[in-house]
Amino acid sequence: MAEVVLENLSKSFGDTVGVEDISMRIPDGAFVVILGPTGAGKTTTLRLIAGLEAPDQGDIFINGQSVLALNPAQRDVTVVFQQYSLYPHLSVRENLAFPLRSPLLKTPQEEIDRKIKEVAEVLHIEHKLDNKAVELSGGEMQRVAIGRALVREPNIYLMDEPLSSLDAKLRAELRIELKRIHQSLGATLLYVTHDQIEAMSMATHIGVLQNGKLVQFGSPREIYNNPVSQYVAERLGSPRINVLPADLFGNAPKGAKTIGLRTEHIVLGRGVKGRVNRVEHLGDHTRLHMSLAGNDLIVVMDPHNPVSRGDTLAISPENPIYFDANGIRVL
Amino acid sequence: MSNFSVTTPSKRQKWVAGILVTLYALITLMPLVWIIMTGFKSSADSIAYPPKVIFSPSLEGYVNLFTSQTRLTSEQVATTPPPATWYDKLVRSHQMVIVGPSRFGQRFLNSVIIGFGSTFLSVSLGTLAAYAFSRFKVPIKEDLLFFILSTRMMPPIAAAIPIFLMFRELGLSDTKLGMILLYTGVNLSLAVWLLKGFIDEIPFEYEEAALIDGYTRFQAFYKVVLPQAATGIASTAIFCLIFAWNEYAFAVLLTSGNAQTAPPFIPTIIGFGGLDWPAVAAGTTIFLLPIMIFTILLRKHLLRGITFGAVRK
Ligand SMILES: Nc1ncnc2c1ncn2[C@@H]1O[C@H](COP(=O)(O)OP(=O)(O)OP(=O)(O)O)[C@@H](O)[C@H]1O
Ligand SMILES: [Mg+2]
Repeated sequence: MAEVVLENLSKSFGDTVGVEDISMRIPDGAFVVILGPTGAGKTTTLRLIAGLEAPDQGDIFINGQSVLALNPAQRDVTVVFQQYSLYPHLSVRENLAFPLRSPLLKTPQEEIDRKIKEVAEVLHIEHKLDNKAVELSGGEMQRVAIGRALVREPNIYLMDEPLSSLDAKLRAELRIELKRIHQSLGATLLYVTHDQIEAMSMATHIGVLQNGKLVQFGSPREIYNNPVSQYVAERLGSPRINVLPADLFGNAPKGAKTIGLRTEHIVLGRGVKGRVNRVEHLGDHTRLHMSLAGNDLIVVMDPHNPVSRGDTLAISPENPIYFDANGIRVL
Repeated sequence: MSNFSVTTPSKRQKWVAGILVTLYALITLMPLVWIIMTGFKSSADSIAYPPKVIFSPSLEGYVNLFTSQTRLTSEQVATTPPPATWYDKLVRSHQMVIVGPSRFGQRFLNSVIIGFGSTFLSVSLGTLAAYAFSRFKVPIKEDLLFFILSTRMMPPIAAAIPIFLMFRELGLSDTKLGMILLYTGVNLSLAVWLLKGFIDEIPFEYEEAALIDGYTRFQAFYKVVLPQAATGIASTAIFCLIFAWNEYAFAVLLTSGNAQTAPPFIPTIIGFGGLDWPAVAAGTTIFLLPIMIFTILLRKHLLRGITFGAVRK
């Protein structure tokens, strides 16, 4: 229930850049996914918003008010940390009650019990409520950590790879649950993940970070279809976008150095011939690892195709994306 | 849950370890057992040669420890009324009579007040200082820590004469407050260093989580850091108490009556009426009890392991 605006936010740690000159407008009720490889500044961004770090430069506004002078409690945010999520000396129940018992909320006991029960059900941890936090598996800890954020109803939820140590089934379940919670609460949510499905399925906005800089911010479709650079294009899409020399297929635009081919940009059956080196049957589709004039590339086919190793296949691009020598999009 | 090893020792290894531990325990416990036994011997048995291992127990030592007595002449024996209590009787059998309580009780109480008082001060001040050193940007932190440690580099007693003079000027000589301050001063450096190590091991992230959960810095310290530092606080408290409890040199130098602790007092028992070993042994036995009880009460916290394993990976 808050609009968040980051204005020219910078933060360095000695010589290391954490984030650099980030500006972002997060509308009320947005679900923002932050993408970027390790060290890109994702956690730093969340910590700046939470008030756990003070920026070197720039300003942060929540609902139009600068919050730089406010402490984390006053900003009314909640964080699911990447690490060290639970208080080890408390039981699961006490961990969940901890934010509710704070001097800010002073929740009555029946309310605490009700909320804990509710959250425990959603996260499937009812049977672990009386365990010590240290007696949980990694995935259980992660769920309790999410639970500790969900018992409150803060302005902003900040989640740093909250589903990373869960198995596929639980992950899918919680993904839906988080999306549902987001919609029913109308909450503003910032979410760090490396998972493409999480990003595409939950986000209303995606921000891509590169070495501390925000290189693109937009809807998932926008980021996927119109990446501003090769770097952004490589963040989304599975298998990863194929990048080949631009002149391989002819008629490349001026200045283009490379051509980016997502699997859906590839038409089979005509064009440049390549060799199939490896065939991966993944159930609902098949991946072909090919080499094309000395370049590697991955192609997706439907699972019933009788292609095998050593076969030759012709390939041509359809609506590909071109990049210049610096990896910047050429239109 | 196996906390220390993932392999189970073989039967033979267990036997060897068991025998070694038992031997070690026997050797270290021998003097203790001897002292406790001597406390229950009669004067004659206590100096018997060869030493008596089997003897008829007597509370003579304890009675002598807690009472002051005078010898009766034969005329006085005839005129004094018969003994009223069991300890009167015991004393009278040696032609003595109890004239009042001894000073042991009061000296023991001094030890308790000074020992626990200085331990409490050392640990509470030490925890706050250690927390500050561990968490805050303190200017010249390394130098300050070294300075604190350097106060331990010479034996404290080397500063005895300046301390003696200071105490005289300040009116702290032979006061409990003076002794509490002195022992706190000596123990504080150890407490700060030990506790800093323990607090350093508690990830700051827990406090950050508490800040986000709506707690103040101090509440986070109180609710999140302190419980996790319990192990460190308990072991530091035991170290501080053992030092303050056993300290002898300063106690001899700076106290004579009012604030005298048990360690300088116990040897004076020997002077009262010949070599009263049972009374000395009884005093020593009672003197050992508080440390034993304190250690047993805190032993739960001495077992490490509360903070392990809560890292989500
Ligand atoms: N407290 C700190 N002290 C020094 N450098 C830091 C600190 N926190 C972050 N950094 C540096 O800032 C940069 C960004 O770190 P950040 O934690 O934001 O990365 P991230 O995108 O969250 O990476 P990951 O995916 O591995 O979690 C990194 O180079 C990191 O080494
Ligand atoms: Mg991170």
